[in-house]
Amino acid sequence: MATYTLTTPLRDEDLLKLKVGDVVKLNGTIYTARDAAHKRLCDQLDNNEKLPFELQGAVIYYVGPSPAPEGRPIGAAGPTTSYRMDSYAPRLHSLGVKASIGKGKRSAAVREALQKHVGVYFGATGGAGALLSQCITAAEVIAFDDLGPEAVRKLTVKDFPLLVVNDAHGNEQYAKPNYDL
Amino acid sequence: MKSIKAKDIHDGVVGIVMQAARYLPDDVRSALKTSLENETSDSAREILGQLLENADLAATSGLPLCQDTGVGVFFVELGADVHVEGNLVEIINGAMVEGYEKGLLRKSLCHPLTRKNTGDNSPAVVHVDIVPGDKLKIKHMAKGGGSENMSRCTMLTPAQGWAGIKEFVVRRMAEAGPNPCPPTIVGVGIGGTFDVAPALAKKALFRPVGERNADPEIAAMEEELLAAINELGIGPMGLGGRTTSLDVKIEMRPCHIASLPLAVNVQCHSSRIKEVVL
Repeated sequence: MATYTLTTPLRDEDLLKLKVGDVVKLNGTIYTARDAAHKRLCDQLDNNEKLPFELQGAVIYYVGPSPAPEGRPIGAAGPTTSYRMDSYAPRLHSLGVKASIGKGKRSAAVREALQKHVGVYFGATGGAGALLSQCITAAEVIAFDDLGPEAVRKLTVKDFPLLVVNDAHGNEQYAKPNYDL
Repeated sequence: MKSIKAKDIHDGVVGIVMQAARYLPDDVRSALKTSLENETSDSAREILGQLLENADLAATSGLPLCQDTGVGVFFVELGADVHVEGNLVEIINGAMVEGYEKGLLRKSLCHPLTRKNTGDNSPAVVHVDIVPGDKLKIKHMAKGGGSENMSRCTMLTPAQGWAGIKEFVVRRMAEAGPNPCPPTIVGVGIGGTFDVAPALAKKALFRPVGERNADPEIAAMEEELLAAINELGIGPMGLGGRTTSLDVKIEMRPCHIASLPLAVNVQCHSSRIKEVVL
């Protein structure tokens, strides 16, 4: 298991070398979107409207941060559970999104999309919202302000700690439970 | 009859709401430390170390432990000899709203279909039990959505009994896998009616980690379930390890002769609970 430092926008050659279990320190710009924002983004795609950010090479962080205290760019900002975005993710990957950040399992359709379009699913530590907030140096709402915590934010991150949970080669890092499901 | 002023209740609830979001209870912190000592896998140790560091940072920085500061859930024990000067549920809801605003906590409630945010985290969920005495105890839980989504209830047949209960609970946790932010705390409600079992499961989560049910038979069932869940090997954040759950809590009460209601309420490791007694 290796450790890589990557900077956005991510390129296919960055992602093809990543294997499950690798640690990535991510730098650059990422965009927040969770349930309600995903619905709006896909509605915009349906209506051929311009999206609030460039999808090509983008990293989407599934998070709804708590309000920023004075003197800080953002409040607590850990990942939300990813499966709720599974119905939207393959479409976004087909349009150039390179990675998502969340916690928890992804569907077979998402795993296939990661292989087909060269993408990666990163895990961040759920419930470590105060700690992860320290790696966010700037935050700005760029769309859907009325959604409050679910608005799309442009974040600048420095050495944001991530684990490769699903790589572009069809592998998954989660432990298989000792149970016949 | 003791009279309690609305303002005293309000101030007490604002306080516990703001504190719960930032201070991980000692029993949970201690359980995470014990798990860290017991884990041998690097990823499990790394995750547990991060969670303890996060708890320290939240306490000192004033940031919430987790961005999901949850639904404001309250279990109230209202002494039969207490007179509340006002509408208790309205006082608690108002105080919860103020605590979320002043504490810079995330407002996470919305219309179930339009998904429009209510804007102030209302309404609070308030359960009231009348108990003997002249005290008012208000217990608050900031309940996150990710773990709540992994919760389930079912109506088993009486013939399924304990084996059926164990199968349902363990299978649920196996299916939930990494989603509810393990290591989890599992609340199990057995009996009552269709509506009561989930409330029992949630009530169970208020009992400190490591404290067994006072009934020795139920205490043994808690230990059996905890061992079975930890045998799953899901581990912290689902990356493998010995600690899938920190504890299992069971609350039980009689049910209809035709029924065996069962509910599993999953709590993430960020078990934010705080109480005030007036």
